[in-house]
Amino acid sequence: MSNGEVNLARRRFLIGATSVVGGAGVVGAAVPFLASWQPSAKAKALGAPVRADVSKLRPGEILGPLPEWRGKPIFVVKRTDAMLDQLEALEPMLADPGSARPSQQPSYAANRWRAREERKDLSVLIGICTHLGCSPKYYPEVGPQAFDGNWKGGFFCPCHGSKFDLSGRVYAGVPAPSNLEVPPYTFESDAIILIGEDEESA
Amino acid sequence: MSDVKSSEKPGAVMAGVTQVVDWIDARMPLVETYEYHMSRYWAPKNFNLWYIFGVLSMVVLVNQLLTGIWLTMSYVPAGDKAFASVEYIMRDVEFGWLLRYLHSSGASAFFIVVYLHMFRGMMYGSYRKPRELIWLFGMAIFLVLMAEGFMGYLLPWGNMSYWGAQVIVSLVGAIPVVGADMMEWVRGDFLMSEITLNRFFALHVVALPIMLIMLVFLHIVALHHVGSNNPDGIDVKKHKDENGKPLDTIAFHPYYTIGHDLPAIVLFLIVFCSVVFFAPEMGGYFLEPPNFEQANPLKTPDHIAPVWYYTPFYAMLRAATYPLFGMDAKFWGFVVMVGAIALPVVLPWLDRSPVKSMRYKGAISKGMLAMFIVSFFLLGWLGTQAASPFYTLLAQVGTAGYFAYFVLMPWYTRVEKTKPVPERVPA
Repeated sequence: MSNGEVNLARRRFLIGATSVVGGAGVVGAAVPFLASWQPSAKAKALGAPVRADVSKLRPGEILGPLPEWRGKPIFVVKRTDAMLDQLEALEPMLADPGSARPSQQPSYAANRWRAREERKDLSVLIGICTHLGCSPKYYPEVGPQAFDGNWKGGFFCPCHGSKFDLSGRVYAGVPAPSNLEVPPYTFESDAIILIGEDEESA
Repeated sequence: MSDVKSSEKPGAVMAGVTQVVDWIDARMPLVETYEYHMSRYWAPKNFNLWYIFGVLSMVVLVNQLLTGIWLTMSYVPAGDKAFASVEYIMRDVEFGWLLRYLHSSGASAFFIVVYLHMFRGMMYGSYRKPRELIWLFGMAIFLVLMAEGFMGYLLPWGNMSYWGAQVIVSLVGAIPVVGADMMEWVRGDFLMSEITLNRFFALHVVALPIMLIMLVFLHIVALHHVGSNNPDGIDVKKHKDENGKPLDTIAFHPYYTIGHDLPAIVLFLIVFCSVVFFAPEMGGYFLEPPNFEQANPLKTPDHIAPVWYYTPFYAMLRAATYPLFGMDAKFWGFVVMVGAIALPVVLPWLDRSPVKSMRYKGAISKGMLAMFIVSFFLLGWLGTQAASPFYTLLAQVGTAGYFAYFVLMPWYTRVEKTKPVPERVPA
């Protein structure tokens, strides 16, 4: 000590120990700053389920004004039998006709109609393109469109040209990587859909 | 005191000033700093017009800070008030329209001068040893500037603000596994909302400007430590006079400040003010038409295009249309865009040429630089247009051109024949 010799091993140990403890402190101190960016309690409360009345919705129409759930537009479409019938014929042109990605719909909607079996005419979709979040537009008419000469009806995103069928299934070869998301939903009665909650999430 | 009387004598004012300077100098290096950065900063005597864009970006930075501070005095970052408060600034605040147009046109001017400043560096090899760190600080400034412009564009809370930000934030969602949760984390909500607006405001007016100022400071400290490059890429420090002053240099102040920068600033301000007064929207390129409508989460504008300064990168994002290696096209678009922004960062280590300046480089380098510029402009234009199969193909060609300039550089700068660089700056 007094002879002025430096104990290098001890110095290294002290530097190392200080760095580790200090580093842990920095990580700990960063937590509140990073966590404060998570959706707040208010934002989560506003994300509560919403109700939509479909009693006045006529076949072939989309429910308007669009219901909002968590600030996202919701497409509720009552499909005609003719619309339902042609879903199968479209499948060779789709990227994921069987709804294989579990993240895009609740299990009860992983079918051709992407809807509950008992009400397969009613399609409930989050109206946000899975590419970069624009809201696609509803083009129910079968016939040539500017974006597709052989259009069978569905949704078209004007931002980057993604196409979806009337079940929200994405066409192959468009920028969007996956089908439109089906939110969790249940029927409170024949007329009222509760969007945002189902037996799986509740 | 006794000096009061003597201050009436001629020369006494100067003496007083000298006394104050001496007092400060004994406490901090005032004169030394002034000389080091101004009157004895030896700048190569062969600067040309390309060397005004550094000082012009400082002018624009000051404009942005000043008008920005004044705008926050009347702007309200609340979802139901933001759009109205911008209209209030435009109509009711005295000279509010001028402050806002100076700020919005200033954003575009910032990118114009910074892009030209960067091109100057690429042309004359200003990023080469020993100036790599200047280039790195510069690229960091560019990145902060892009973030600054992006977050600032959300603040007016117009419909293009809203959906443009929605598209760009959704890019985060392209990151595998954690993307969706990160998107929610960045927005602080399930969709763009007032919460997002609030945090973008905080970052735009406090956090990013502080970073910007610190980086500009470091950029200049590094520059003044190694000295400026010049259009010939000649090392002017090799030949010095008996006092240690490099022969082919002149003092930055007053020769460049008064003789070079001041006229350039005046000229710039004339052009800039013409835009501010007569074409602040610049035909929809500086301020986009859908932004005169309030943000509407349920209605996407028919055609979403970013502001012009992001369009080259946006076009590259859209150019990726094929899934590869089990990852979808959206992910590759994100990778291409990040790569396009990140590649210039490593430019100092890609250039293996024995010479710095394009004046002495070979034909391949010149051709590649020309191709890079053409690609950049082509992509910039494509990014403003709605996507079509032909435009997508063009964007893919442009993207290939952009990347080829960087990726092939280690090869073509080595194999080509260069001209000999003179020892001294040619008269």
